[in-house]
Amino acid sequence: MRAFDYIQPTTVDAAVKALADRETRCLAGGTNLLDLMKGNVEQPARLVDITHLPLKDVDMSPDGRMRIGALVRNSDLANHPAVRERYPLLSQALVSGASPQLRNMATVGGNLLQRTRCHYFTDVGFAACNKRKPGSGCAAREGSNRIHAIFGTSEQCIATHPSDMCVALAALDAEIEVRGATGLRRIPIGSFHRLPGTTPERDTELRHGELITAVLLPPSHFAAHSHYLKVRDRASYEFALVSVAMALDVDGNRVRDARIALGGVAPRPWRARAAERALIGRPLDATALAAAGRAAVEGAQPYRDNAFKVELAQRAVVRAAMIAGGLA
Amino acid sequence: MHDDDEALTAEGAARRRFLYGTGAFTTGLATSLPPVAGIAATPHEIAAKAAGAAMPVRLNVNGHDYDLMLEPRVTLLDALREYIGLAGTKKGCDRGQCGACTVLVNDRRINACLALAVAHAGDRIRTVEGLAEGASSLHPVQAAFIEHDGFQCGYCTPGQVCSAVAMLAEVRAGTVSAATADVRRTVPVQLTDAEIRERMSGNLCRCGAYVGIVAAIRDASTRT
Repeated sequence: MRAFDYIQPTTVDAAVKALADRETRCLAGGTNLLDLMKGNVEQPARLVDITHLPLKDVDMSPDGRMRIGALVRNSDLANHPAVRERYPLLSQALVSGASPQLRNMATVGGNLLQRTRCHYFTDVGFAACNKRKPGSGCAAREGSNRIHAIFGTSEQCIATHPSDMCVALAALDAEIEVRGATGLRRIPIGSFHRLPGTTPERDTELRHGELITAVLLPPSHFAAHSHYLKVRDRASYEFALVSVAMALDVDGNRVRDARIALGGVAPRPWRARAAERALIGRPLDATALAAAGRAAVEGAQPYRDNAFKVELAQRAVVRAAMIAGGLA
Repeated sequence: MHDDDEALTAEGAARRRFLYGTGAFTTGLATSLPPVAGIAATPHEIAAKAAGAAMPVRLNVNGHDYDLMLEPRVTLLDALREYIGLAGTKKGCDRGQCGACTVLVNDRRINACLALAVAHAGDRIRTVEGLAEGASSLHPVQAAFIEHDGFQCGYCTPGQVCSAVAMLAEVRAGTVSAATADVRRTVPVQLTDAEIRERMSGNLCRCGAYVGIVAAIRDASTRT
């Protein structure tokens, strides 16, 4: 690991000031950043340890909103009584990711900024990776691309976003609160992560020098009928091949409202709005479920090794809806 | 073997660190200790003021304070093994994928390989060396691992044991896991084998001693 300077600010103002430097990175849980630094993917000259900032609270407002501080640890958030009760989908997604040890370290803000686990990105032994080295090419397009995306890719990059938490946040219509030199702003989760286009090196809309301060959740009417389904190569401690965050509002057997987001299939949590429309207003039966599955994979563009994800995503949507709806 | 034996005692390791710190060894261990009065700064000391210079850190490990000079890039794992001399915590993958380096920080299990030592000043760190109550007694989880053959080569065992100690506390606190049927229900955790396997998934055993590990933890859950 390249040597770096280390500072430990105790106020958000001081942290934002320190982040103005181009060679500086934020250190929170460190589970992704230190790993990338050991592999020389990241080589910052200075780390700003933000773990002493006062961003560790989970607050509920009387109207049912939730504000989650950016430094709340993944395991603490998953076990927060109000999250378990009102946003069980988020709790489930969190405990589906990583390992207990990593969840004890990793923070909400860091989880949002996780980088792809595309092998060609994480291993500097591969020369071509536009995300790691703009203009160098994409080795995954013609290479081993079993784990790669089927939606939202570009000529430049076909990597997936690795987070489980973010898939649940996409289904729950979260907003990300960020703080920069000029003040606070909020970014809807759906536009926080970028599609690669011609600039795959930029994962998010976070501007240089901005710090994530909180995640905001609107009141949810999906708590009784939600499910996070994760399909992966081993039973635990593995990234998703396909995951589904399914949130239903069911009245009798009729679906009043639905939110569906997919993980493991796109450069960002992939909201499946066509699949939501296929369920809303319909009885939760085999016809509607099949239609939702088909709608979820409309426009999918598989590569050499990942065509199986199209069928898998379709079936995962059906399965997740059945579990969320109490049919399985 | 003599080097290893020396490293096994905190005193021996501390002595080695002192020798490095005085500049008697010109290794890559840069330090920012002030130069000895009357002696001009050597190129080594000038380099030490560059990026990433060592800084003083006090770590509390198993109830003892250790005053160290560490570069910010030194992981908690390397600080424990190479600077303090507590070699019980193991380096497996060094990338957060195997759990061999699991230690308890303020009673929570973490991977020491992905933590910076300088970030843990003031924390209460517990390693496998600090689990047993006295020199002659084992922690119930350690005893159960021996009784149930919870290992073969033993390299992952300190991490498995530390992880299991924290996991059993998490279970008593009623935490959720991916094996929890309904996270909305706050009921006591039934520690089924499926729950043990899911909750221990952060610790890999290359020998495949999982059957014994699960049995040991199942047994220890009734004793702790």
